[in-house]
This record gives sequence, structure tokens and C-alpha cells, in this order.
Amino acid sequence: MFWQQVVNAIWLGAVYSLFALGYTLIFGVLGILNLAHPSLYMWGAFIGLVCVTTLHLPIWLALPVAMLGSGILGILLDRIAFKPLRARHAPHLATLISSIGASIVLVNIAQGIFGAEVSRFPFDIFPVHVFNFGGVSVTLLQLTILGISLVIMVALRWLIMGTRQGQAMRAVAYNTVTAARLGIPVDQIIMQTFFIAGALAGAAGVLLGLAFNSISPFMGGPMNLKGLTVIVLGGLGNIEGAVIGGFILAFSEVMSVAYLSSDLRDAVSFVLLLIILLVRPNGLLGHSSTKRA
Amino acid sequence: MNVFSEFWATYSSVVQFALINMLLGISIYFTLYTGLLSLANAGFMGIGAYVSAVLTIHAGTPLPVSLLAGALSAALIGWLLGLPVLRLREIYLAIATLGFGEIVRITAVNFDKFSGLNLLGGAQGLSGIPKLTTPGALLFVLIILSIFLVQFHKSRAGRALAAIRRDESVAATMGIDVYQYKMLAFVLGAFVAGLAGGFSAHLTRFVGPTDFSFNAAVNILAFAVLGGTLHWSGAMVGAAILTVLPEALRFMKEYRGVVNGVIMVLVIIYLPHGLINPKWFQRVFSKRRAQ
Repeated sequence: MFWQQVVNAIWLGAVYSLFALGYTLIFGVLGILNLAHPSLYMWGAFIGLVCVTTLHLPIWLALPVAMLGSGILGILLDRIAFKPLRARHAPHLATLISSIGASIVLVNIAQGIFGAEVSRFPFDIFPVHVFNFGGVSVTLLQLTILGISLVIMVALRWLIMGTRQGQAMRAVAYNTVTAARLGIPVDQIIMQTFFIAGALAGAAGVLLGLAFNSISPFMGGPMNLKGLTVIVLGGLGNIEGAVIGGFILAFSEVMSVAYLSSDLRDAVSFVLLLIILLVRPNGLLGHSSTKRA
Repeated sequence: MNVFSEFWATYSSVVQFALINMLLGISIYFTLYTGLLSLANAGFMGIGAYVSAVLTIHAGTPLPVSLLAGALSAALIGWLLGLPVLRLREIYLAIATLGFGEIVRITAVNFDKFSGLNLLGGAQGLSGIPKLTTPGALLFVLIILSIFLVQFHKSRAGRALAAIRRDESVAATMGIDVYQYKMLAFVLGAFVAGLAGGFSAHLTRFVGPTDFSFNAAVNILAFAVLGGTLHWSGAMVGAAILTVLPEALRFMKEYRGVVNGVIMVLVIIYLPHGLINPKWFQRVFSKRRAQ
């Protein structure tokens, strides 16, 4: 029973982390709390769904297409909702409000196109296969989700820490003005950051859409609070922190459902969020490499 | 007169919703004026709605008593929530208050189950509330609040809140107790939001646990963003426009909601101080004087 819960928490935590990475990346590089991030996650899920149902693409192709699509949406989001504010050096609250407005637009367009009801992937899209390890059962889907999430996370880590691109990104995060003086194409780096964040959100959307088999324009809502909890747990802007935070949230949720009451699951993230904000507002890992002062 | 009564028959509920939303606009104005971005107002509205509705149904209290009790409960919870979260700044405060509506929802859904009582109606919500809200009562409260706001801005407390918005550290060095005044703004906002919740419950005759979610909080914020927070009438104007707009945009069908978001983005980019900017009035007045 306990180990079954641990298994459930691990794959769920991987997807939470994947979702939160883009959230925290934007904050780390630009200091923007992008409340439209969950809408990109929702759009990723819908793009994946359209690929599978109307374009009849296989699921392994739908995932990269969805990532590409939500990545491009991420760039559009920046151009329309954030760039004009950045040019004016508008305060934090202005960008926050702009991101809320953008998320309303994204959710309502999705509702107009796909309808308000819950859509599902076709049942046979992914082979149903259950492995049994000494009483603990794991589905092939869960293993695949875990594998894909981990691969993407490692790739992101490599991109940020091991490439010139990532070096430039970290420089922009540290100081935009200095980075520009040193010849880093700041605008281009910001665009890439939004693309990556959007793609990560899209991947999480497809994977969670597959796992729970329910996709709706409002699926981003609950993820908003979860995502915020995860990135605050890890420290806003902290990449490693977001991964750890994702697993902590997933464990707390799964265990509270298993041992307390399923009614309390949704309260878990808020309580965690409040505690961490009051006790360690900089997150569990304290300061971080990509965080601004 | 006939035209008017026809108009009223069709639009009286829209007008009353607009008045309630104006109250909500004022409720978030208190915190925004102090420079705090709190997204808890929808939750406070929920508390006011539930408390006043339960009182009216089970204790048979008259509307003013129910409303006042609802507003005071919201203010009390606001104080309790404010104790920890008002130590947080900027984005961290927004994050901490963002989930408050969710807590109200979870409490409302599970209250009956855990307490064994039959009060809040769980996930189905609370229905059968008598329709006691009248346009007159709403107008009366709005006028009282407007008078209060005019006086408030001239008062020591009102100036302290403005100082905190301009610069917290400077305000503190001037001897303003920043934390206490932030609490004042937060609790006042909670009180007014609770009042609006009570009116809304006695207008729609229904309170549902999902009515006070993130979306509701964002809508309230949109009122203030559109109208502006430099003048107390801003949030009221914003609320009136955003309530009437969906009626005017019926032809857009499913895409109506898009307009709210587009307005929010456009206003924050091109009109960062909102529609009502006192500087414009001053400019007009000074031009006249010069002539």
C-alpha cells in the first residue's frame, strides 16, 4: 500500500516538476510571475489532442508538436503581454496583471474552439500494460511519463548549465543591462526562454492529459496553485528547487489522499504554500544561481 | 415612464449586479491604494455570502443584520489571514492570497460533512435564500461608502496608506506603523467584500462553493485595473463597465470572455493608471483657471 503510493507520487511529481520548470525559468530569467503559464499547459494538451484525433498522428509525434505549438504561444505571449511593459520598466504588479489578462484570453479562446466540456484522448492511443513488482503495480504509461519527464529535465539542465545559450540566459537573469553591453542578444534570449517555458508547459499538458485522460479549457486553474506552490517551495527562479518542490507536493498530495481524506487534497498545496512563504520565503534551497537579487 | 419601466424590467438585475460589483471594486481599491496586490477578496465575498445567507435562513434575521454579520465575519477572517500574510511583499503577497478563495471553497464543501450540521449545503451550494436585496439598499450603501472614502482620504489614515504605496521604507521612517495600516486596508477591503457577498447571496438567492474561485478574484481585480486605483471612483467605473459590457457583447457568444482579458492587457500596457486619472481632472481644471 505504502510503496504503491510512493510510485504514484514519483510519476506525478515528475510531471509537476516539468510543469513548474517553465514557470520558475521565466521568473528566474525575467523576474516575471507568469500566471498565464497554466494556460500554455492547457493549450499544449489541446494541441496534442488535435494532433491525435483530427490529424491522426501517433502519440510520440503529438508530444513534440504540442511542445512546439505551446512554445510558439509562449513567444507570442511575451511579445503581446510582456514586451511592451518591459520596455517601460513597469512594476512587478503590472506584469502580473498583464499575465492574468493574457490567461483569460487564452482560456476563453480555447473554450470557444474546443467547448467547455471535458475532452479525452482515444482509449487505444497508448498500450495498456501493467507491470507488477511485488504487489506494486505500475502502468507502462506511468513509466513512460516518468522517463520522458526525466529526459526533458536533464536536457534542460544541460541546456542551461552546459551550453553558450544557457550561459547567455544566466547572464540575462543576472543583469539584463550588463548582458546587453557584453553583446548578448537579450531580446533573442528572452524569446528563447519563453519558447522553452511554453514547450515545457505543453509537454506537461500532454502527459497529464494522457495520465488523467481529461482535457478541458479549465484544466490550468488547479495547476496554477500547484505550480506556484512548487516554485515557491524550491525558491522562485530556482531550477533544481522546482524539481524538488514538484516531488514534495506530489508526495504530500498522494499521502494526504491515502491516509487522511481525499477532500483535503486540494488544501494541501495551499497549506504548504502558506507555511513555506512564512517560514522560508526564499524556498527550501535558499538562494539560487539564476535568481535575481 | 413606460420606456423606463420596460428598461427596468429587462435590466434591473444587470444594474444590481453592477452595483454589487462596484462594492467589490471598492473592496480591492483599499488594498491596491495601499500598494498591496491581494487576491483574497473573492474569498471574503464568499464568507460574507455564506454567513449572511445562513443567518437569514436559519435565524430569520432582517437583511441589515445578516449583511453586517457577514461583513464582520469576513473582516475577522481577513484580520486572521492578514496577521501572517501581510508580512509578505509584492508578488509573495499575491501568491499567498491567491489560494484563499480555494480554502473558502474547500471549507464550504466539507463543512457539513465534518461538522455533522446541515448548514452550507456542501458541493450543491446553498439555495432558497429569500430575495431581500433591493437597488435602493445597494445605492444607499454605495453612497455611504463614497462619503466615507472622501473623508477617509483626508484623514491621517488615508494619507498614511498613500504614503505606504509611494514608498514603504520612507513611510516607516516618517513614523507610520506600516504593518498596522496595511492591516487596516486589508480588513476594510475584507469588510466591504463581505458586504458585497451578502448582497449577492440575497439577490441571486443562491450561494455556491465555486463562485469565489480564482476567476472571481481576477474579475474583481479587472474592475480596479480598468478603472484605475488613483481615485476611489476608478474601481466603481471599472466595475460598471465590465458588468454591462458582456450584455452589450452578446453577439460574440462564446468569445465574450476574451474581451475582459484583452481589456486587462491593453489597459495595463497603454493606460497603466486606468481610465480615471485625477491628473487629467487637474489638468482640465488648471487650464480653465488659466483662461
